[in-house]
Amino acid sequence: MQLDRAQTAHVAWLARLSLTDAELERFAGQLSSILTHIQRLGELDVADIAPTAMASESDRNVTRPDEPRPASPREEILANAADVEEGSVRVRAILEETA
Amino acid sequence: MSELSALTLEQAAAGLRAREFSSVELTQAVLDRIGSVEPDVRAYLTVTADEALTNARAADQRLRNGGASLLCGIPGGIKDLIATRGIQTTAGSRILEGFKPPYNAFVIEQLRRDGYVLAGKCNLDEFAMGSSTENSAYQVTHNPFALDCVPGGSSGGSAAAVAAEEAFFALGTDTGGSIRQPASLCGVVGLKPTYGRVSRWGVIAMASSLDQVGPLARTVRDAAIVLGCIAGRDELDSTSTTRPVPDYLSACERGVKGLRVGVPKEYFIDGMEPAVEQAVRAAIAELVRQGAVPVEISLPHTDYALPTYYVIVPCEVSANLARFDGIRYGVPQPGETMWEAYANTRGSGFGAEVKRRIMLGTYALSAGYHDAYYVQAQKVRTLIKRDFEEAFEQVDVIACPASPSTAFPIGAKTEDPVQMYLADIFTLAIPLAGLPARAYEAASEWSHSQCRERLQVGGAQ
Repeated sequence: MQLDRAQTAHVAWLARLSLTDAELERFAGQLSSILTHIQRLGELDVADIAPTAMASESDRNVTRPDEPRPASPREEILANAADVEEGSVRVRAILEETA
Repeated sequence: MSELSALTLEQAAAGLRAREFSSVELTQAVLDRIGSVEPDVRAYLTVTADEALTNARAADQRLRNGGASLLCGIPGGIKDLIATRGIQTTAGSRILEGFKPPYNAFVIEQLRRDGYVLAGKCNLDEFAMGSSTENSAYQVTHNPFALDCVPGGSSGGSAAAVAAEEAFFALGTDTGGSIRQPASLCGVVGLKPTYGRVSRWGVIAMASSLDQVGPLARTVRDAAIVLGCIAGRDELDSTSTTRPVPDYLSACERGVKGLRVGVPKEYFIDGMEPAVEQAVRAAIAELVRQGAVPVEISLPHTDYALPTYYVIVPCEVSANLARFDGIRYGVPQPGETMWEAYANTRGSGFGAEVKRRIMLGTYALSAGYHDAYYVQAQKVRTLIKRDFEEAFEQVDVIACPASPSTAFPIGAKTEDPVQMYLADIFTLAIPLAGLPARAYEAASEWSHSQCRERLQVGGAQ
Protein backbone atom coordinates (compact mmCIF):
# COMPACT_ATOMS: atom_id res chain seq x y z
CA MET A 1 0.00 0.00 0.00
CA GLN A 2 1.56 3.27 -1.13
CA LEU A 3 0.48 6.78 -0.18
CA ASP A 4 1.87 9.44 -2.48
CA ARG A 5 2.58 13.04 -1.54
CA ALA A 6 -0.76 14.34 -2.79
CA GLN A 7 -2.73 11.74 -0.81
CA THR A 8 -0.64 12.46 2.26
CA ALA A 9 -1.29 16.19 1.88
CA HIS A 10 -5.02 15.50 1.55
CA VAL A 11 -5.08 13.40 4.72
CA ALA A 12 -3.03 16.06 6.56
CA TRP A 13 -5.57 18.70 5.57
CA LEU A 14 -8.50 16.50 6.68
CA ALA A 15 -6.73 16.21 10.05
CA ARG A 16 -5.99 19.98 10.12
CA LEU A 17 -2.24 19.52 10.25
CA SER A 18 -0.06 21.94 8.33
CA LEU A 19 3.09 20.11 7.24
CA THR A 20 6.35 21.25 5.69
CA ASP A 21 7.45 19.76 2.36
CA ALA A 22 10.08 17.72 4.16
CA GLU A 23 7.45 16.34 6.55
CA LEU A 24 5.13 15.45 3.66
CA GLU A 25 7.94 13.56 1.96
CA ARG A 26 8.92 11.66 5.11
CA PHE A 27 5.37 10.87 6.27
CA ALA A 28 4.33 9.59 2.82
CA GLY A 29 7.07 6.96 3.02
CA GLN A 30 6.54 6.09 6.68
CA LEU A 31 2.75 5.85 6.43
CA SER A 32 3.13 3.61 3.37
CA SER A 33 5.37 1.22 5.28
CA ILE A 34 2.98 1.13 8.26
CA LEU A 35 0.01 0.53 5.94
CA THR A 36 1.90 -2.33 4.29
CA HIS A 37 2.34 -3.91 7.71
CA ILE A 38 -1.35 -3.41 8.54
CA GLN A 39 -2.41 -4.96 5.22
CA ARG A 40 -1.88 -8.39 6.85
CA LEU A 41 -5.22 -8.07 8.63
CA GLY A 42 -6.86 -8.74 5.26
CA GLU A 43 -5.46 -12.31 5.30
CA LEU A 44 -8.02 -13.37 7.91
CA ASP A 45 -11.54 -14.40 6.98
CA VAL A 46 -13.66 -12.56 9.52
CA ALA A 47 -16.92 -12.39 7.56
CA ASP A 48 -18.84 -14.08 10.40
CA ILE A 49 -17.05 -12.43 13.30
CA ALA A 50 -18.66 -9.60 15.28
CA PRO A 51 -16.47 -6.52 15.83
CA THR A 52 -15.22 -5.64 19.33
CA ALA A 53 -15.29 -1.91 20.05
CA MET A 54 -14.42 -2.18 23.71
CA ALA A 55 -13.23 -5.08 25.83
CA SER A 56 -14.96 -4.09 29.05
CA GLU A 57 -17.70 -6.17 30.60
CA SER A 58 -20.18 -3.32 30.51
CA ASP A 59 -21.20 -1.73 27.25
CA ARG A 60 -24.09 0.01 28.93
CA ASN A 61 -24.96 3.64 28.63
CA VAL A 62 -25.20 5.65 31.82
CA THR A 63 -27.60 8.50 32.39
CA ARG A 64 -28.09 10.87 35.29
CA PRO A 65 -30.63 13.54 36.15
CA ASP A 66 -29.95 16.81 34.33
CA GLU A 67 -29.17 18.86 37.41
CA PRO A 68 -26.59 21.60 37.99
CA ARG A 69 -23.39 20.49 39.70
CA PRO A 70 -20.32 22.28 40.97
CA ALA A 71 -17.79 22.94 38.20
CA SER A 72 -14.22 24.20 38.04
CA PRO A 73 -13.83 27.92 38.84
CA ARG A 74 -14.31 30.07 35.74
CA GLU A 75 -11.03 31.98 36.24
CA GLU A 76 -9.01 28.73 36.39
CA ILE A 77 -10.59 27.59 33.12
CA LEU A 78 -10.12 30.95 31.37
CA ALA A 79 -6.51 31.21 32.58
CA ASN A 80 -5.61 28.54 30.00
CA ALA A 81 -7.10 30.35 27.00
CA ALA A 82 -4.94 32.70 24.94
CA ASP A 83 -7.73 35.09 23.95
CA VAL A 84 -10.23 36.04 26.65
CA GLU A 85 -12.74 38.86 26.72
CA GLU A 86 -15.32 39.73 29.36
CA GLY A 87 -15.19 36.36 31.06
CA SER A 88 -15.41 34.34 27.83
CA VAL A 89 -13.07 32.74 25.33
CA ARG A 90 -12.90 34.77 22.13
CA VAL A 91 -12.98 32.80 18.86
CA ARG A 92 -12.97 33.75 15.22
CA ALA A 93 -16.25 33.98 13.35
CA ILE A 94 -16.84 30.74 11.46
CA LEU A 95 -19.69 31.74 9.18
CA GLU A 96 -18.07 34.84 7.68
CA GLU A 97 -14.89 33.04 6.79
CA THR A 98 -16.46 29.98 5.20
CA ALA A 99 -19.17 31.92 3.31
CA MET B 1 19.20 11.32 54.93
CA SER B 2 19.34 10.31 51.28
CA GLU B 3 19.32 6.59 52.18
CA LEU B 4 15.65 7.04 53.14
CA SER B 5 14.83 7.35 49.45
CA ALA B 6 16.03 3.78 48.89
CA LEU B 7 13.38 2.24 51.16
CA THR B 8 10.43 0.41 49.68
CA LEU B 9 7.07 2.15 49.99
CA GLU B 10 6.03 -0.37 52.64
CA GLN B 11 9.22 0.19 54.66
CA ALA B 12 8.78 3.95 54.42
CA ALA B 13 5.16 3.65 55.60
CA ALA B 14 6.31 1.51 58.55
CA GLY B 15 9.03 4.02 59.42
CA LEU B 16 6.51 6.86 59.42
CA ARG B 17 4.26 4.92 61.76
CA ALA B 18 7.12 4.04 64.09
CA ARG B 19 8.09 7.76 64.15
CA GLU B 20 11.59 6.88 62.93
CA PHE B 21 11.31 9.83 60.59
CA SER B 22 8.65 12.31 59.51
CA SER B 23 7.09 12.70 56.10
CA VAL B 24 8.88 16.04 55.80
CA GLU B 25 12.22 14.23 56.33
CA LEU B 26 11.24 11.45 53.94
CA THR B 27 10.13 13.97 51.33
CA GLN B 28 13.28 16.05 51.73
CA ALA B 29 15.34 12.88 51.23
CA VAL B 30 13.50 12.22 47.95
CA LEU B 31 13.94 15.86 46.85
CA ASP B 32 17.67 15.61 47.66
CA ARG B 33 17.88 12.40 45.67
CA ILE B 34 16.10 14.09 42.75
CA GLY B 35 18.58 16.97 42.99
CA SER B 36 21.54 14.63 42.77
CA VAL B 37 20.41 12.19 40.01
CA GLU B 38 18.12 14.28 37.79
CA PRO B 39 20.94 15.86 35.78
CA ASP B 40 21.69 12.31 34.51
CA VAL B 41 18.26 10.63 34.52
CA ARG B 42 15.86 13.46 33.62
CA ALA B 43 12.76 11.53 34.71
CA TYR B 44 10.74 14.57 35.80
CA LEU B 45 9.30 17.37 33.67
CA THR B 46 8.27 19.29 36.79
CA VAL B 47 9.53 18.77 40.35
CA THR B 48 6.92 20.14 42.74
CA ALA B 49 9.17 20.71 45.76
CA ASP B 50 6.96 23.32 47.48
CA GLU B 51 3.80 21.30 46.90
CA ALA B 52 5.59 18.18 48.17
CA LEU B 53 6.69 19.77 51.44
CA THR B 54 3.21 21.25 51.98
CA ASN B 55 1.69 17.79 51.38
CA ALA B 56 4.28 16.27 53.74
CA ARG B 57 3.48 18.66 56.60
CA ALA B 58 -0.23 17.88 56.23
CA ALA B 59 0.60 14.16 56.16
CA ASP B 60 2.65 14.40 59.34
CA GLN B 61 -0.38 15.92 61.05
CA ARG B 62 -2.60 13.07 59.84
CA LEU B 63 -0.03 10.49 60.92
CA ARG B 64 0.07 12.01 64.40
CA ASN B 65 -3.73 11.78 64.55
CA GLY B 66 -3.58 8.06 63.74
CA GLY B 67 -5.61 5.94 61.33
CA ALA B 68 -3.76 7.24 58.25
CA SER B 69 -3.49 5.03 55.17
CA LEU B 70 -0.25 3.37 54.07
CA LEU B 71 0.22 6.00 51.35
CA CYS B 72 0.00 8.90 53.81
CA GLY B 73 3.17 10.95 53.63
CA ILE B 74 4.68 8.90 50.78
CA PRO B 75 6.18 10.83 47.82
CA GLY B 76 5.12 9.62 44.37
CA GLY B 77 5.64 10.72 40.78
CA ILE B 78 2.75 11.24 38.39
CA LYS B 79 2.93 10.75 34.62
CA ASP B 80 2.42 14.16 33.03
CA LEU B 81 -0.61 12.82 31.14
CA ILE B 82 -2.66 12.91 34.35
CA ALA B 83 -4.36 16.20 35.30
CA THR B 84 -3.12 17.89 38.47
CA ARG B 85 -5.03 21.02 39.41
CA GLY B 86 -2.99 24.20 39.11
CA ILE B 87 0.18 22.25 38.21
CA GLN B 88 1.39 22.26 34.61
CA THR B 89 0.27 19.13 32.75
CA THR B 90 1.79 18.89 29.28
CA ALA B 91 1.25 15.33 28.01
CA GLY B 92 4.86 15.74 26.86
CA SER B 93 3.61 18.01 24.07
CA ARG B 94 4.42 21.56 23.02
CA ILE B 95 0.75 22.11 22.28
CA LEU B 96 -0.01 21.95 26.03
CA GLU B 97 2.96 23.96 27.26
CA GLY B 98 1.80 26.05 30.23
CA PHE B 99 -1.54 24.21 30.59
CA LYS B 100 -2.70 24.13 34.21
CA PRO B 101 -5.74 21.87 34.61
CA PRO B 102 -8.63 23.38 36.58
CA TYR B 103 -9.31 20.01 38.25
CA ASN B 104 -7.59 16.84 39.47
CA ALA B 105 -7.90 13.46 37.79
CA PHE B 106 -9.92 10.88 39.76
CA VAL B 107 -6.73 8.96 40.59
CA ILE B 108 -5.15 12.14 41.99
CA GLU B 109 -8.19 12.77 44.19
CA GLN B 110 -7.87 9.16 45.44
CA LEU B 111 -4.18 9.63 46.26
CA ARG B 112 -4.92 12.97 47.97
CA ARG B 113 -7.64 11.33 50.04
CA ASP B 114 -4.95 8.98 51.36
CA GLY B 115 -2.51 11.86 51.96
CA TYR B 116 0.21 11.11 49.39
CA VAL B 117 2.97 13.58 48.59
CA LEU B 118 3.28 14.85 45.01
CA ALA B 119 7.00 14.78 44.12
CA GLY B 120 6.51 15.87 40.52
CA LYS B 121 5.26 15.17 37.02
CA CYS B 122 7.07 12.47 35.06
CA ASN B 123 8.28 12.61 31.47
CA LEU B 124 6.57 10.55 28.76
CA ASP B 125 6.33 10.06 25.04
CA GLU B 126 4.11 12.82 23.67
CA PHE B 127 0.45 11.97 24.42
CA ALA B 128 1.71 8.52 25.50
CA MET B 129 2.65 7.56 21.93
CA GLY B 130 5.93 5.73 21.92
CA SER B 131 8.07 3.01 23.49
CA SER B 132 11.18 4.92 24.53
CA THR B 133 10.16 8.35 25.96
CA GLU B 134 12.26 9.86 23.15
CA ASN B 135 9.05 11.33 21.68
CA SER B 136 8.74 13.82 24.55
CA ALA B 137 8.83 17.40 23.23
CA TYR B 138 10.83 18.47 26.29
CA GLN B 139 13.63 16.05 27.15
CA VAL B 140 15.00 12.55 26.76
CA THR B 141 14.87 10.40 29.90
CA HIS B 142 17.81 8.09 30.47
CA ASN B 143 17.67 4.56 31.83
CA PRO B 144 19.06 4.83 35.39
CA PHE B 145 20.90 1.51 35.00
CA ALA B 146 22.46 2.33 31.63
CA LEU B 147 22.45 6.05 30.95
CA ASP B 148 23.04 5.69 27.21
CA CYS B 149 19.89 3.56 26.93
CA VAL B 150 16.19 4.44 26.85
CA PRO B 151 13.95 3.78 29.88
CA GLY B 152 11.22 2.41 27.59
CA GLY B 153 7.92 4.18 27.17
CA SER B 154 5.60 5.76 27.14
CA SER B 155 5.67 5.91 31.00
CA GLY B 156 9.48 6.08 30.86
CA GLY B 157 9.77 8.99 33.31
CA SER B 158 7.60 7.14 35.84
CA ALA B 159 9.66 3.94 35.51
CA ALA B 160 13.00 5.78 35.68
CA ALA B 161 11.89 7.84 38.71
CA VAL B 162 10.99 4.68 40.64
CA ALA B 163 14.13 2.82 39.54
CA ALA B 164 16.41 5.76 40.41
CA GLU B 165 14.82 6.10 43.87
CA GLU B 166 13.37 9.50 43.01
CA ALA B 167 9.90 8.35 44.16
CA PHE B 168 8.52 5.41 46.14
CA PHE B 169 5.96 4.78 43.44
CA ALA B 170 4.68 6.42 40.29
CA LEU B 171 1.51 6.40 38.25
CA GLY B 172 1.72 5.58 34.59
CA THR B 173 -0.77 4.80 31.87
CA ASP B 174 -0.80 1.75 29.65
CA THR B 175 -2.53 1.51 26.28
CA GLY B 176 -0.39 -1.09 24.51
CA GLY B 177 2.41 -1.64 27.03
CA SER B 178 3.26 1.84 28.29
CA ILE B 179 3.50 0.73 31.93
CA ARG B 180 4.81 -2.81 31.47
CA GLN B 181 7.49 -2.23 28.85
CA PRO B 182 9.25 0.66 30.68
CA ALA B 183 8.89 -1.21 34.01
CA SER B 184 10.58 -4.08 32.22
CA LEU B 185 13.43 -1.98 30.84
CA CYS B 186 14.02 -0.20 34.18
CA GLY B 187 13.79 -3.23 36.47
CA VAL B 188 10.72 -2.21 38.46
CA VAL B 189 7.23 -3.66 38.89
CA GLY B 190 4.58 -2.26 36.55
CA LEU B 191 0.91 -3.16 36.64
CA LYS B 192 -1.68 -2.54 33.96
CA PRO B 193 -5.06 -3.18 35.60
CA THR B 194 -8.05 -4.73 33.90
CA TYR B 195 -9.78 -2.20 31.64
CA GLY B 196 -12.34 -0.38 33.81
CA ARG B 197 -10.62 -1.13 37.13
CA VAL B 198 -9.34 2.46 37.38
CA SER B 199 -11.18 5.61 36.29
CA ARG B 200 -9.78 7.51 33.31
CA TRP B 201 -11.40 10.81 34.38
CA GLY B 202 -8.76 13.54 34.09
CA VAL B 203 -6.35 11.39 32.10
CA ILE B 204 -5.61 12.96 28.72
CA ALA B 205 -7.07 10.44 26.29
CA MET B 206 -5.00 8.56 23.72
CA ALA B 207 -7.08 5.50 22.78
CA SER B 208 -10.16 5.42 24.99
CA SER B 209 -11.04 1.75 24.52
CA LEU B 210 -7.59 0.73 25.81
CA ASP B 211 -6.11 3.44 28.09
CA GLN B 212 -5.72 2.44 31.74
CA VAL B 213 -3.90 4.00 34.71
CA GLY B 214 -1.70 1.81 36.88
CA PRO B 215 1.15 1.82 39.40
CA LEU B 216 4.91 1.42 38.99
CA ALA B 217 6.78 0.50 42.17
CA ARG B 218 9.86 -1.30 43.42
CA THR B 219 7.98 -4.29 44.85
CA VAL B 220 4.80 -6.19 44.04
CA ARG B 221 3.40 -5.34 47.46
CA ASP B 222 4.04 -1.64 46.93
CA ALA B 223 2.20 -1.78 43.61
CA ALA B 224 -0.69 -3.55 45.39
CA ILE B 225 -0.92 -0.73 47.93
CA VAL B 226 -1.12 1.90 45.20
CA LEU B 227 -3.66 -0.03 43.12
CA GLY B 228 -5.86 -0.46 46.18
CA CYS B 229 -5.95 3.33 46.51
CA ILE B 230 -6.65 4.30 42.89
CA ALA B 231 -9.06 1.51 41.89
CA GLY B 232 -12.81 1.86 42.10
CA ARG B 233 -16.00 3.09 40.54
CA ASP B 234 -16.13 6.69 39.40
CA GLU B 235 -19.41 8.01 38.06
CA LEU B 236 -17.48 10.37 35.77
CA ASP B 237 -16.06 7.38 33.84
CA SER B 238 -18.93 5.17 32.73
CA THR B 239 -16.48 2.38 31.81
CA SER B 240 -15.18 2.14 35.39
CA THR B 241 -16.38 -1.06 37.00
CA THR B 242 -18.77 -1.34 39.94
CA ARG B 243 -17.04 -4.52 41.08
CA PRO B 244 -15.75 -4.17 44.67
CA VAL B 245 -12.03 -3.44 45.07
CA PRO B 246 -10.37 -6.52 46.59
CA ASP B 247 -7.66 -6.38 49.26
CA TYR B 248 -4.67 -6.60 46.91
CA LEU B 249 -2.11 -6.60 49.71
CA SER B 250 -3.51 -9.68 51.40
CA ALA B 251 -3.82 -11.32 47.97
CA CYS B 252 -0.01 -11.03 47.77
CA GLU B 253 0.18 -13.59 50.60
CA ARG B 254 -1.36 -16.30 48.46
CA GLY B 255 1.29 -18.62 47.10
CA VAL B 256 1.44 -20.10 43.61
CA LYS B 257 0.95 -23.73 44.67
CA GLY B 258 -1.33 -25.42 42.16
CA LEU B 259 -1.54 -22.29 40.02
CA ARG B 260 -1.82 -23.24 36.35
CA VAL B 261 0.65 -21.04 34.47
CA GLY B 262 0.11 -20.84 30.72
CA VAL B 263 3.23 -20.46 28.61
CA PRO B 264 2.20 -19.27 25.14
CA LYS B 265 4.47 -20.66 22.45
CA GLU B 266 3.89 -17.60 20.23
CA TYR B 267 5.69 -15.40 22.77
CA PHE B 268 9.01 -17.20 22.44
CA ILE B 269 10.00 -16.12 18.97
CA ASP B 270 13.06 -16.01 16.77
CA GLY B 271 14.78 -12.69 17.12
CA MET B 272 14.18 -12.13 20.80
CA GLU B 273 17.30 -11.54 22.85
CA PRO B 274 18.60 -14.84 24.25
CA ALA B 275 19.08 -13.17 27.63
CA VAL B 276 15.37 -12.32 27.73
CA GLU B 277 14.24 -15.85 26.93
CA GLN B 278 16.73 -17.28 29.43
CA ALA B 279 15.54 -14.99 32.23
CA VAL B 280 11.86 -15.59 31.54
CA ARG B 281 12.33 -19.38 31.35
CA ALA B 282 14.22 -19.22 34.65
CA ALA B 283 11.43 -17.22 36.26
CA ILE B 284 8.84 -19.75 35.09
CA ALA B 285 11.03 -22.56 36.46
CA GLU B 286 11.06 -20.75 39.81
CA LEU B 287 7.26 -20.57 39.78
CA VAL B 288 7.19 -24.31 39.10
CA ARG B 289 9.65 -24.95 41.93
CA GLN B 290 7.19 -23.17 44.23
CA GLY B 291 4.36 -25.45 43.12
CA ALA B 292 2.89 -23.83 40.01
CA VAL B 293 1.90 -26.09 37.14
CA PRO B 294 3.20 -25.07 33.70
CA VAL B 295 0.86 -25.59 30.74
CA GLU B 296 1.92 -24.97 27.18
CA ILE B 297 -0.77 -22.94 25.46
CA SER B 298 -1.34 -21.30 22.12
CA LEU B 299 -2.62 -17.80 21.35
CA PRO B 300 -2.88 -18.31 17.59
CA HIS B 301 -3.69 -14.73 16.58
CA THR B 302 -0.71 -13.21 18.39
CA ASP B 303 0.89 -12.18 15.10
CA TYR B 304 -2.10 -10.02 14.28
CA ALA B 305 -2.06 -8.02 17.52
CA LEU B 306 0.40 -5.43 16.20
CA PRO B 307 -1.48 -4.57 12.98
CA THR B 308 -4.81 -4.63 14.88
CA TYR B 309 -3.42 -2.27 17.48
CA TYR B 310 -2.00 0.09 14.86
CA VAL B 311 -5.39 0.46 13.20
CA ILE B 312 -7.57 0.79 16.31
CA VAL B 313 -5.27 3.12 18.23
CA PRO B 314 -4.65 5.66 15.42
CA CYS B 315 -8.41 5.75 14.69
CA GLU B 316 -9.15 6.57 18.33
CA VAL B 317 -6.20 8.99 18.41
CA SER B 318 -7.44 10.93 15.40
CA ALA B 319 -10.80 11.44 17.13
CA ASN B 320 -9.44 12.17 20.63
CA LEU B 321 -6.78 14.64 19.50
CA ALA B 322 -9.17 16.63 17.31
CA ARG B 323 -9.92 18.72 20.41
CA PHE B 324 -6.49 20.35 20.43
CA ASP B 325 -7.03 23.56 18.48
CA GLY B 326 -5.31 26.09 20.77
CA ILE B 327 -8.57 27.88 21.62
CA ARG B 328 -9.63 26.92 25.14
CA TYR B 329 -6.11 25.84 26.14
CA GLY B 330 -2.81 25.20 24.48
CA VAL B 331 -0.52 27.29 22.33
CA PRO B 332 -2.33 28.85 19.33
CA GLN B 333 -0.66 29.93 16.08
CA PRO B 334 -1.95 32.58 13.66
CA GLY B 335 -3.37 31.82 10.22
CA GLU B 336 -5.09 33.61 7.32
CA THR B 337 -8.34 31.73 7.89
CA MET B 338 -9.68 29.99 10.98
CA TRP B 339 -8.97 26.59 9.40
CA GLU B 340 -5.40 27.58 8.62
CA ALA B 341 -4.96 28.81 12.18
CA TYR B 342 -6.08 25.38 13.44
CA ALA B 343 -3.76 23.58 11.03
CA ASN B 344 -0.83 25.81 11.95
CA THR B 345 -1.52 25.35 15.69
CA ARG B 346 -1.65 21.57 15.31
CA GLY B 347 1.19 21.39 12.78
CA SER B 348 3.59 23.24 15.07
CA GLY B 349 2.25 21.90 18.40
CA PHE B 350 2.35 18.15 17.70
CA GLY B 351 5.48 16.06 17.23
CA ALA B 352 6.16 13.56 14.44
CA GLU B 353 4.72 10.38 16.03
CA VAL B 354 1.52 12.16 17.05
CA LYS B 355 1.09 13.51 13.51
CA ARG B 356 1.76 10.06 12.04
CA ARG B 357 -0.91 8.43 14.20
CA ILE B 358 -3.46 11.21 13.60
CA MET B 359 -2.95 10.88 9.84
CA LEU B 360 -3.04 7.09 9.91
CA GLY B 361 -6.32 7.19 11.83
CA THR B 362 -7.79 9.90 9.63
CA TYR B 363 -6.92 7.83 6.56
CA ALA B 364 -8.25 4.55 8.00
CA LEU B 365 -11.54 6.17 9.01
CA SER B 366 -12.03 8.09 5.76
CA ALA B 367 -14.82 7.24 3.34
CA GLY B 368 -14.08 4.06 1.39
CA TYR B 369 -11.45 2.72 3.85
CA HIS B 370 -13.46 2.49 7.09
CA ASP B 371 -14.59 -1.12 6.59
CA ALA B 372 -11.31 -2.38 5.20
CA TYR B 373 -9.27 -1.04 8.11
CA TYR B 374 -11.27 -0.10 11.19
CA VAL B 375 -14.07 -2.67 11.08
CA GLN B 376 -11.64 -5.39 9.94
CA ALA B 377 -9.35 -4.59 12.90
CA GLN B 378 -12.28 -4.66 15.33
CA LYS B 379 -13.20 -8.12 14.06
CA VAL B 380 -9.65 -9.37 14.46
CA ARG B 381 -9.74 -7.89 17.96
CA THR B 382 -12.62 -10.28 18.66
CA LEU B 383 -10.41 -13.21 17.57
CA ILE B 384 -7.57 -12.04 19.81
CA LYS B 385 -9.96 -11.71 22.75
CA ARG B 386 -11.28 -15.23 22.07
CA ASP B 387 -7.74 -16.63 22.09
CA PHE B 388 -7.37 -15.42 25.67
CA GLU B 389 -10.85 -16.59 26.71
CA GLU B 390 -10.06 -20.08 25.43
CA ALA B 391 -6.63 -20.06 27.10
CA PHE B 392 -8.13 -19.09 30.46
CA GLU B 393 -10.31 -22.21 30.33
CA GLN B 394 -7.08 -24.17 30.78
CA VAL B 395 -4.92 -21.89 32.91
CA ASP B 396 -5.14 -19.33 35.72
CA VAL B 397 -2.44 -16.96 34.52
CA ILE B 398 -0.22 -16.57 31.49
CA ALA B 399 3.53 -15.95 31.80
CA CYS B 400 5.52 -14.45 28.96
CA PRO B 401 8.20 -11.85 28.27
CA ALA B 402 7.16 -8.18 28.53
CA SER B 403 9.68 -7.00 25.94
CA PRO B 404 11.63 -8.82 23.23
CA SER B 405 14.79 -6.95 24.23
CA THR B 406 16.47 -5.29 27.16
CA ALA B 407 16.86 -1.51 27.10
CA PHE B 408 18.08 -0.32 23.70
CA PRO B 409 20.41 2.63 23.04
CA ILE B 410 18.97 6.13 22.78
CA GLY B 411 18.43 6.96 19.10
CA ALA B 412 18.49 3.33 17.90
CA LYS B 413 14.86 3.17 16.70
CA THR B 414 13.80 6.77 16.19
CA GLU B 415 14.04 6.75 12.38
CA ASP B 416 11.84 3.72 11.73
CA PRO B 417 8.35 3.81 13.29
CA VAL B 418 7.67 0.13 12.60
CA GLN B 419 10.85 -0.92 14.46
CA MET B 420 9.72 1.18 17.43
CA TYR B 421 6.24 -0.38 17.28
CA LEU B 422 7.81 -3.85 17.45
CA ALA B 423 9.27 -2.96 20.89
CA ASP B 424 5.71 -3.45 22.22
CA ILE B 425 5.03 -6.71 20.43
CA PHE B 426 4.57 -8.72 23.66
CA THR B 427 2.37 -6.19 25.45
CA LEU B 428 -0.13 -5.16 22.74
CA ALA B 429 -2.47 -8.12 22.68
CA ILE B 430 -3.43 -8.13 26.36
CA PRO B 431 -5.14 -4.70 26.43
CA LEU B 432 -6.97 -5.48 23.18
CA ALA B 433 -8.68 -8.20 25.24
CA GLY B 434 -9.16 -5.80 28.19
CA LEU B 435 -7.02 -8.01 30.43
CA PRO B 436 -4.72 -7.07 33.32
CA ALA B 437 -0.99 -7.84 33.34
CA ARG B 438 1.98 -7.15 35.50
CA ALA B 439 5.66 -6.93 34.63
CA TYR B 440 7.99 -8.47 37.21
CA GLU B 441 11.70 -8.68 37.55
CA ALA B 442 12.77 -11.99 36.08
CA ALA B 443 16.53 -11.87 36.31
CA SER B 444 18.21 -11.78 39.68
CA GLU B 445 21.49 -10.38 38.38
CA TRP B 446 22.42 -7.60 36.02
CA SER B 447 22.56 -8.67 32.41
CA HIS B 448 25.23 -7.60 29.96
CA SER B 449 23.44 -4.32 29.32
CA GLN B 450 22.81 -3.85 33.02
CA CYS B 451 19.09 -3.80 32.37
CA ARG B 452 16.90 -6.45 33.83
CA GLU B 453 14.81 -8.79 31.77
CA ARG B 454 11.23 -9.09 32.63
CA LEU B 455 8.49 -11.56 33.04
CA GLN B 456 4.95 -10.54 32.27
CA VAL B 457 2.07 -12.32 33.95
CA GLY B 458 -1.42 -11.77 32.57
CA GLY B 459 -4.61 -12.79 34.33
CA ALA B 460 -8.30 -13.22 33.57
CA GLN B 461 -10.55 -10.17 33.99
